Amino acid sequence: MDTAEYISSGTLEFYVYGLLTEQENIEVNKQAQEHESVRAEILSIEKAVINLSHSVSPHLSAENYEKIRQKLILKHAGTGVVHMETKRGMNPYIGWAAAVILMFGLAIQYYKYNEVTKEVEAVNVQKSKFEQLLASAERKNTETEKALNLVRDNATTTVNLAGQEAAPAAYAKVYINKNRNEIYVDVSGLPEAPAGKVYQVWALKLDPLTPTSIGVIDDAKIQNGIFKVENNATAQAFGITLEPAGGSPTPTLEQLYTLGKV
Amino acid sequence: MTQEELLEQIYKKDGKAFTALYDMYSKSLYGVIFNLLKDKEESEDVLQDVFVKIWKNIDSYNEGKGRFFTWILNIARNSSIDRLRSKGHNNSKKNLSADNFVHILDYNTSATNKIDAIGIREFINKLKPKCIRLIDLLFFKGYTQQEASDELEIPLGTVKTQNRNCIGELRTILQE
Repeated sequence: MDTAEYISSGTLEFYVYGLLTEQENIEVNKQAQEHESVRAEILSIEKAVINLSHSVSPHLSAENYEKIRQKLILKHAGTGVVHMETKRGMNPYIGWAAAVILMFGLAIQYYKYNEVTKEVEAVNVQKSKFEQLLASAERKNTETEKALNLVRDNATTTVNLAGQEAAPAAYAKVYINKNRNEIYVDVSGLPEAPAGKVYQVWALKLDPLTPTSIGVIDDAKIQNGIFKVENNATAQAFGITLEPAGGSPTPTLEQLYTLGKV
Repeated sequence: MTQEELLEQIYKKDGKAFTALYDMYSKSLYGVIFNLLKDKEESEDVLQDVFVKIWKNIDSYNEGKGRFFTWILNIARNSSIDRLRSKGHNNSKKNLSADNFVHILDYNTSATNKIDAIGIREFINKLKPKCIRLIDLLFFKGYTQQEASDELEIPLGTVKTQNRNCIGELRTILQE
């Protein structure tokens, strides 16, 4: 758009009226800086509307000017161009200034107080998170220690369970401690159970084959894969099968993963 | 005095700057305010507030924002509309549009102004009625293009150019 077109678009009138968006104002300012003709046009429009509004304005009383001066002196002494000595000296203003400063001070203090309170809350939340983390780590550690003690115990015998047809590479170990009447099973050699399935540990009596469930392992990954199961003094062999979540009353033999004799 | 000269005085904190500011723009702004409020005392009161606001906020004005007159015009219009609202007037713009700036002349009652008013009425009557309505809504009352288009039932796309033609007429009349 050339300058003449720009001028005749009517945008400059809207610019003077104050009806343009900020973006449009910037554009007009740019045009005005670059083109003398745009500048002159703006001035001319402005002059016309000032003249018009000035002309139609009713008579303005002379006291009006004095009233504004008074308002400015009372409210804004010392801030602008209108300087007037006040009859009461500066004291009231010092008082007001002090009050304003005090208010600011209080506001700042209040703001800081709020900030610190927020920080304390955040730290407390973090603290309780760490406490929970520590408790769970301690619990895990205790379990591991117990398992380790049992494995090390001289009275503990180990039963190796070998991988079966369903999972030839799988293995597991059963630790039996006759003194303490405790049995632990280490399932870290089993593949991860598919979703919706769990491993179930069975104590077996041979002739006739009688399986007794001594534990269901929901998540083999936790506790280093070593779990305490129910004691069973008469077991002659141990087997681990894959069962639907929650376990089964009798083992699903096609899903027999590992088996081993005492 | 031009806007630039006035601003220079103001920035220099020249003691006469406020008087110059008042002399240059008070009547013009009073015309705008009165056109919205239609009450002399109320309008004078708002005018006083407007000049206090202008003086108090003069540092926030910069020439990059637009004309100084435009800045103070906006303050005057907004203060008037605020006053209408606070007084519980029905401030919908529809109600504002019933009257226009030509009617202000009817309020001029003093003898000297009556004579002035006759002369002014003559010159304003040279403007087409449509132009009076258009300038009244856009300049005096700050209507948007859309609002003016709705109010006057003219196509939105022609508001700007019609208004430009009207200002053109006004400029010609003023030069006569």
